[in-house]
Amino acid sequence: MAILINENTRIIVQGFTGKIGTFHAQEMIDYGSNVVGGVTPGKGGQTHLGLPVFNTVKEAVDQVGAEASIVFVPPAFAADSIMEAADAGIKYCVSITDGIPTQDMMTVKNFLRRFPKEERMLLAGPNCAGTISPGRAMLGIMPGHIYIRGNVGVVGRSGTLGYEAADQMRLLGIGISTSVGIGGDPITGSSHRDILERLEQDPETKVALMIGEIGGPQEVEAGRFAKENMTKPLVAYIAGLTAPEGRRMGHAGAIISAAGESAAEKVAILKELGVTICPTPSLMGQTIAEVMAKM
Amino acid sequence: MNIHEYQAKEILAEYGVKIAEGGLAYSAVEAVQRAREIDGDVWVVKAQIHSGARGKAGGIKVCRTHGEVEQAAEALLGKSLVTHQTGPAGKICSRLYIEAGTSIAKEMYLSFMIDRSSERVIMVGSAQGGMEIEKLAETNPEAIIKIYIEPAVGLQDFQARKMAFALNIDSAQLNHAVKTIKGCYRALRDLDANVLEINPLVLTTNNEIVALDAKMAFDENALFRRHKIAELRDNTQVDNREVAAAEAGLSYVGLDGDIGCMINGAGLAMATMDMIKLAGGEPANFLDVGGGASAERTEKAFRLVLADAGVKAMLVNIFAGINRCDWIAEGVVHAVKNIDMKIPLVVRLSGTNVEEGRRIIADSGLPIITADTLADAAEKVVRARNEVVAREA
Repeated sequence: MAILINENTRIIVQGFTGKIGTFHAQEMIDYGSNVVGGVTPGKGGQTHLGLPVFNTVKEAVDQVGAEASIVFVPPAFAADSIMEAADAGIKYCVSITDGIPTQDMMTVKNFLRRFPKEERMLLAGPNCAGTISPGRAMLGIMPGHIYIRGNVGVVGRSGTLGYEAADQMRLLGIGISTSVGIGGDPITGSSHRDILERLEQDPETKVALMIGEIGGPQEVEAGRFAKENMTKPLVAYIAGLTAPEGRRMGHAGAIISAAGESAAEKVAILKELGVTICPTPSLMGQTIAEVMAKM
Repeated sequence: MNIHEYQAKEILAEYGVKIAEGGLAYSAVEAVQRAREIDGDVWVVKAQIHSGARGKAGGIKVCRTHGEVEQAAEALLGKSLVTHQTGPAGKICSRLYIEAGTSIAKEMYLSFMIDRSSERVIMVGSAQGGMEIEKLAETNPEAIIKIYIEPAVGLQDFQARKMAFALNIDSAQLNHAVKTIKGCYRALRDLDANVLEINPLVLTTNNEIVALDAKMAFDENALFRRHKIAELRDNTQVDNREVAAAEAGLSYVGLDGDIGCMINGAGLAMATMDMIKLAGGEPANFLDVGGGASAERTEKAFRLVLADAGVKAMLVNIFAGINRCDWIAEGVVHAVKNIDMKIPLVVRLSGTNVEEGRRIIADSGLPIITADTLADAAEKVVRARNEVVAREA
């Protein structure tokens, strides 16, 4: 099982022929992902990395049955590429692009809401490391070799902190069903909660790990969802104990601008909701191991 | 990105929002000149710094003579004003806005911001203006009205009227209020602002609706298409270290501790700073060197961290994904040799090519302390920092 992607998922790369798109497309192919082509407007008909290039996402859907896409398009044009994917019938889209204007993401989310829920494309990111179902498919830019296949579902905002968690688990022999980066922007395609809903339904996932940070309401919303709707244990770490109020910590969305958005406040609320909190970021793997030992 | 009150007012005026007559001054002489140009017998001298709560910090002075204007200007220019939003160092005042005094009948509150929960622009108002909205939300939440705006159609007249009525605006001023409210919304949308706050919005004794203060903050990610806004950046209002970082293309936030940090990835950077705190230390900075940390970039980051004279020890924590640990290690060795580093350095590498990276550090012959895990790295850097402090004492 796993969620969102597996070895059969037919993947296209938007921004395929650019330097970054090319590099990561090759990495994904080497990992074993089923990349079936790419889109670069104006370069349709060419072959790149031995795969067809299309002018539009719709052509890729019609001609090679594309189901999932990954967006490496520069920030000024990324929102347009995401909406094109949704319009063409792509089911799952990961946007790696960092730096998309917030109002563009507001437009994207509004555009996506026009589709009936069952036909609506699921978007992860932007400003994320992507999604990986270890041993089956990678739709992202992560170092695939640190992820081993197993039963922990991971959702997180940060790329490298997600790697840290995967590596800690690997060293303890704990594997991952699917790891989903939702990104560090103020408005994200999917929320922690959206991904937890899917992990809850995935038979392969036994435990969920949420890696959150300061800013915004998402972690607390996810905690409430877990308390009311999840049978599987949820473990969480919230980064940013030392972050001062009103300062942006790298991620566009990592800013404490309202009550309840600091790491300490989020941790206190999540604890009350019955979420197991990793006491330090170096104990993410250990905390998961302890939770699994009790099951 | 934040801008000054006078800049926000100039923008709002273009969008049909009424502001009091005023002008900018860089000196006391100019301040008096501006006051002479403005009709009336009351002037307000307002310190232009990127912070709210300036009144309490003495940054806003009501003057009744040109002599008082001169005195107020001399007292404010070149001074650092400390508010609860600036931190203890305060912010330097190098510009003044001289404004005509306004005769106030009533103070109101109006703001617009992008709400992360609903993913829409939210309009917030209250008939009780002049105080901080956060305090009002605690003491009297019923006095605050919130209206969500559909992105596809934008702010509608009926919503603006609803807000105007909630602000207790008389029917005679209704059209002017609607124009003001819609102008604010258009400014936010057209210019990629994240926040627009008018506190207070006032009704004058002449029955005019005037923005007496104005705060706007803009989306950094949208500045590529807002050139005029980008030009309003005032680096005197930003930590010097952060200005240097921005020029080097690094993401840096100066903090008050003494352990310098260089990390790749914002989340890992925050987590590493948390680890330092849990190990008993205090980070001097947040610094994300990003994914493609070349030797040149690494050296720039080192120089930036070490430019802070208060830094007693430094920690490098890299989880190489796209990057490779051997490249990072070479960059670190190169930087340490070039910079002639005087303080202890702890390096923790993980991920792609980690063994090779560790070997390069070990073979360099430099006194670099290495660490295997995040916890190990934090403990070692705090211990090294404590030893430096003990030696200095």
